[in-house]
Amino acid sequence: MRTIIICDVIKSSTLAVLTFVAALAAGGVRAAEVQATLSIRDHKFEPAELTVPAGAKIKLSIENHDATPEEFESHELNREKIVVGNGTITVFIGPLEAGRYPFFGDFHQETAQGVLVAQ
Amino acid sequence: MLGTGLLVFREVLEAALIVSIVCAATRGVVGRGRWVGSGIGAGVLGAILVAAFANVIAAAISGIGQELFNASILLAAVLMIAWHAIWMASHGKELSAQMKSVGSAVQAGSRPLSALLIVVAVAVLREGSEVVLFLYGQAASGAGAAALAGGIALGVIGGVAVGFALYFGLLGIPLRYFFSATNWLMLLLAAGLASQAAGFLIQADLLPALGNRIWDTSALLSNASLMGKTMHTLIGYDAQPAGMQILFYAVTATAIALGMKLWGNPAAPRRHAKAAAAN
Repeated sequence: MRTIIICDVIKSSTLAVLTFVAALAAGGVRAAEVQATLSIRDHKFEPAELTVPAGAKIKLSIENHDATPEEFESHELNREKIVVGNGTITVFIGPLEAGRYPFFGDFHQETAQGVLVAQ
Repeated sequence: MLGTGLLVFREVLEAALIVSIVCAATRGVVGRGRWVGSGIGAGVLGAILVAAFANVIAAAISGIGQELFNASILLAAVLMIAWHAIWMASHGKELSAQMKSVGSAVQAGSRPLSALLIVVAVAVLREGSEVVLFLYGQAASGAGAAALAGGIALGVIGGVAVGFALYFGLLGIPLRYFFSATNWLMLLLAAGLASQAAGFLIQADLLPALGNRIWDTSALLSNASLMGKTMHTLIGYDAQPAGMQILFYAVTATAIALGMKLWGNPAAPRRHAKAAAAN
């Protein structure tokens, strides 16, 4: 029985790894990236409204100038990432359809609100 | 205090929902409290460590350490659930029969409870590390100890209460269907975790999105709402999923379902023979 269980694990692992490798291979082709930067100061985003081109992949840097950690989160963009105090993170977004995509700082939602405008 | 309580509640809730499903799936197993307890303990310890080294993890591998870490532990949990679900598919009926005839707990035997310990630990670690970082920030910004403690208490009690409600709700499922029901719940849970892992790999630009938003049901059920969050944790509901997430979801669900079929049913006659011999 133990052998059967081990076989199960090996089989499911192999499947997962194969899927992963196939997907990575498919990821080889990349669109051009557009750089954009957001800052966090006093638990607020600067700028609170950031305009980016629609239809392009965006490499968004978020610089936290506060000493405390924040979590960049957006349901509309389907993203979440922690940025430690005085740290910087990069999040890849898009290509986006034209529109407004709100985001927020999960740890300071009263003040840390912003929106990404794709046009 | 209320703000703190709310954030802690949301994170604890997500972990508690997963722990509840694991508890339901291990119903009647001798010593399962120890396994689940150890998983929670390991998760809390891991959460503190991950929070303490958050800057190291974030900076690792040219800035995508956080995504890789999250994706890896999520996929590890997926494999563990798959292993357990497939094991249960071949032993579930036996367990139900044993529980019905003896009317009490059964020995774990060769059941992979360590797999579920890892699932619990991963769930607690992921949500817990966010709580720890948040609380650290609150404390550093001068929040009072009493307000923080009150917030933590509120959040933990609230989250755990919902977890218990789900657990006791699941116990209402008739014993005949119980283990196949919890097994299917575990399958959906695993598929959801795989989809989350895909999300992190897309965010890090390691995987193509294959379409950013294949559909949008946020008007129907938003991921920002409590119900949306609950469904997100339990079955991997996503109002705006990327194509790659759907692919991960479908592949995981299919692989586990196939595993349950392939290794679950053929062993049945042998099991009955064994059970008969034991009687």
